[in-house]
Amino acid sequence: MSVTLAADGIKDVTTPLTDADVESLKAGDRVRISGVMYTARDAAHARLFPLIEKGERLPIDVNGHIIYYTGPTPAQPGQVVGAIGPTTASRMDKFTPALLKLGLKGTMGKGYRGQPVKDALRQYKAVYFGAIGGAGAVLSRHVKALEIVAYEDLGTEAIRRLEVEKFPAMVLNDCHGGDLYEDGQKQFAREG
Amino acid sequence: MRDIHVSAIADAVKKLCMEANVSLEPDVLRAFDRALTTERSTAGKQVLTILKENAALAAGQRIPYCQDTGTVVCFVELGQDVHVTGGGLYDAINQGVRQGYQEGYLRASIVKSPFDRVNTGDNTPAVIHVDVVEGATLKIMIMAKGGGCENRSKYTMLTPAAGLPAVKDFIIECVKTAGPDACPPLILGVGVGGTFEKSAILSKRSLFRELGSPNPDPMLDTLEKELLERANRLGIGPQGYGGDTTSLGIHILTYPCHITSLPVAVTIECHAHRHKEVTL
Repeated sequence: MSVTLAADGIKDVTTPLTDADVESLKAGDRVRISGVMYTARDAAHARLFPLIEKGERLPIDVNGHIIYYTGPTPAQPGQVVGAIGPTTASRMDKFTPALLKLGLKGTMGKGYRGQPVKDALRQYKAVYFGAIGGAGAVLSRHVKALEIVAYEDLGTEAIRRLEVEKFPAMVLNDCHGGDLYEDGQKQFAREG
Repeated sequence: MRDIHVSAIADAVKKLCMEANVSLEPDVLRAFDRALTTERSTAGKQVLTILKENAALAAGQRIPYCQDTGTVVCFVELGQDVHVTGGGLYDAINQGVRQGYQEGYLRASIVKSPFDRVNTGDNTPAVIHVDVVEGATLKIMIMAKGGGCENRSKYTMLTPAAGLPAVKDFIIECVKTAGPDACPPLILGVGVGGTFEKSAILSKRSLFRELGSPNPDPMLDTLEKELLERANRLGIGPQGYGGDTTSLGIHILTYPCHITSLPVAVTIECHAHRHKEVTL
């Protein structure tokens, strides 16, 4: 079991994730993620997608893992990474269901997902995490190791393997149809 | 005539780029503090608190506040009695951007062509707007404009008959469609009037006014306050997690326009409102 509820009410999540782990996560949960995550955004997804379509091997094993939509700033001497906050997830919507079908258990970014992605989260048992957009400096402190593992020519958009420790996030969409954006905003809406 | 050498311009732009990306201006930090006094949502308060921590860490450790270190949008007020020497003004600004982004370990986020998508590698070119004004000084204002929020910016051409109520509704609609993608709490820059392109430029220019300061035009000031209240009743909240702080400010600039036209442009800016200016 790699999801445990800590005394402070935050769920500690350790990758890789199983279906049972995913099922225990609910929209609105605060989490701290430790373990391995891969970064990929627009350009890397555009390269992965044709490989999936042709049934070829991907440069990373997504099974049980989390893809974080981010393009960090360069590390200064002595740093693991520069600022590393999330980018808008919906730009990756076109590619996400195919990756979830391959066993990807989590994606992390910011902003709404389209209905096909939400449906795929239910169908393939996966979760969409949100990191705080614009909190790139704070989030960099939770990345303990970084290695470029594919598409180095893409610069900030290359695929990086991150080792993270207690990386703070929220569950935005769970595999049960729960949606933090919808629930949270309903509570505070005073104008349509 | 007063001579200003291009090296002074490049150097100034370099420093502005490096500073803007690590050190939020006090007007934005004050807006976070004000929001924390009114925000009712627990998740919203947590986000605002983390944003303050992020600002302190970024400034203290000189890590960029956000990994999207933006497109450099540069407004220049060039005094007509200034003579730029040693090269071109635009080249000097881009040289400053190049040096600032490389020396500051800032992200290169610009591609050469919207179609080939090959990164230029040094975050050039900037988007540059120059106004010629009276005097012998050169004022340079830069904004590191994030892409996620820029992508939610909108334009509409309304009819004069639709008038002010339609302008208000359009602005509120922009806040709704921006939602969490644009990293709320948002700042809105609004340009009303002029032509298609003039309204868009005004919408950017308006973002350089100090956040929280009144609009010098009393009618626009009342309008801004009314719209800010409406935006903050939408419930979107910090990061879209639900809450009272959807926007930190709405800035409006207007310009005369044609009898047939009512153009409205809205630039969506995120909470990472990185702006700096200097006068040479």
